[in-house]
Amino acid sequence: MQGVLPPEIISIMSTVWTEPFWRAASEHRLVLPRCRACSEFRFPPTPFCPSCSSQEIDWVEHAGSGTIYSYTVIRHAVIPDVAAALPLIAAVVELPGTNGCRIIGNIVDVDPADVAIGQAVTLDWYDVRAGESVPIFRLA
Amino acid sequence: MSELTLRDKTAIVGVGATPYYKRGESVPQLPMELAAKALLAACDDAGLGIHEVDGFALYSMGFDTSLFAQWLGIDVRFTGLLSGGGGGAAGSVGLAAGAIVSGQADCVASIMTLQQAASRFGASYAPRGKPGATYSAPPSPEGSFIQPSGLMGPGQMFAVLAQRHMYQYGTTREHFAEVALSTRANAMTRETALMRKPMTIDDYFDARMIADPLCLFDFCLECDGAVAVITVSAERAKDLRQAPIYVGGSANGGAGRWGQAITWFGMPDEYFASSGHRTVAADVYRMAGLGPSDIDVALLYDHFSPMVIMQLEDYGFCPIGEGGRFVADGNIRYGTGSLPVNTHGGNLSEAYIIGMTHVKEAVEQLRGTAVNQVEGAEVALVTGGPASIPVSNLILHN
Repeated sequence: MQGVLPPEIISIMSTVWTEPFWRAASEHRLVLPRCRACSEFRFPPTPFCPSCSSQEIDWVEHAGSGTIYSYTVIRHAVIPDVAAALPLIAAVVELPGTNGCRIIGNIVDVDPADVAIGQAVTLDWYDVRAGESVPIFRLA
Repeated sequence: MSELTLRDKTAIVGVGATPYYKRGESVPQLPMELAAKALLAACDDAGLGIHEVDGFALYSMGFDTSLFAQWLGIDVRFTGLLSGGGGGAAGSVGLAAGAIVSGQADCVASIMTLQQAASRFGASYAPRGKPGATYSAPPSPEGSFIQPSGLMGPGQMFAVLAQRHMYQYGTTREHFAEVALSTRANAMTRETALMRKPMTIDDYFDARMIADPLCLFDFCLECDGAVAVITVSAERAKDLRQAPIYVGGSANGGAGRWGQAITWFGMPDEYFASSGHRTVAADVYRMAGLGPSDIDVALLYDHFSPMVIMQLEDYGFCPIGEGGRFVADGNIRYGTGSLPVNTHGGNLSEAYIIGMTHVKEAVEQLRGTAVNQVEGAEVALVTGGPASIPVSNLILHN
């Protein structure tokens, strides 16, 4: 796969509020927290609904198809360990049907010149190590 | 009932700075030593003794006030710190003003010192312990949603906002270039500036891309140095060496859903591609009783050139989305533009001391002693950030 960081510089930490996301991710499922009280989605997962302050959550599965909201093409290695992975496309992807939730991931196996805001993408997963996967995207 | 306000109750009476150094070149001086040198210079500028200082109003994680007090023998009555990072720069003077107006201290210093010998801000979010990542933050639950994509430095993150601004409003790299070029032109006349070589539009477009759409010259410098600013009551200011530069207003904060901004990317569409300053802009204009048409010179936090364009919009100098065309029309040029911006050369070309050089320049403009003096300047706007909450600002007048 072209366009992802080497595993040794990716570290995932979770809290009780984000752990369900990462557990589902390890099974290649995207789940998003939706407020049980007011039905607003939020992402990343936080302990309170920013609209109604409720702490009750339903974890809702999402197919992960979305559109590129914005992105950058990382061409300069801010630390040496990144250099071999460049260029990296880091994208903010908006997910339909989620009141505007966005997730961040690389767009992989693509020429940066072919990437633009508004393009449709589909979700895939990058298995960083056993039990740890992060979301990535491919042009639809 | 009288209105509770900071307006015109305090004044900046002293500013001081060390020389500015390229990253790491201030060694073997200690970072706190640089801070103390800047403070002593600010006291000298004001005509105050160092032992008259009795408060510290800081930002961006501040520094060890106890050590500072011990070195200089200062009896401390107030210490305050705006949370967050560089967004608190201008607002630290507002914090000083608040301490004075509320009677907690009489003579408050706002200081920034920076030494990037063993560290660099450009890798702020890189995984700690990896080569080149000595300044980096430890892994965090929030960062786990961002860092795996390779976003490890503020410039890469602001590039995402810049890209969206281009898409939404038709802003171009030529517009970003005008910010870089006009700022460099201002730095060229200044002895203190680290980058005084002329910059042409070809230089800009020949520079290497760092994180699209940003190239090398869209990024600020990585520097060492310190700047200090001293604030006292308006009453007391009248008896000191310099003409008082009054604090007309200051605000810090931001909209709730601006939140963590570039380390979250969840901001509403309405202000995703913005500087995050709209709420604090409204606050400071209300406090000062002034509006954008009253500002004679703007010192806008310029860590990355597109963020100057977005601040011009958010402070009402042009409509939202028109910032690129506003700068392309020559409006921010010193000498010819309607609103001279970063007459000192800014973070982009003079020095990056996390925004405190902007406060110093505003004071010099209003004293009438600036190198690139704006004729008849009476009111200056200074900003800190775009950043996560808080972002901040300061309106000064003579």
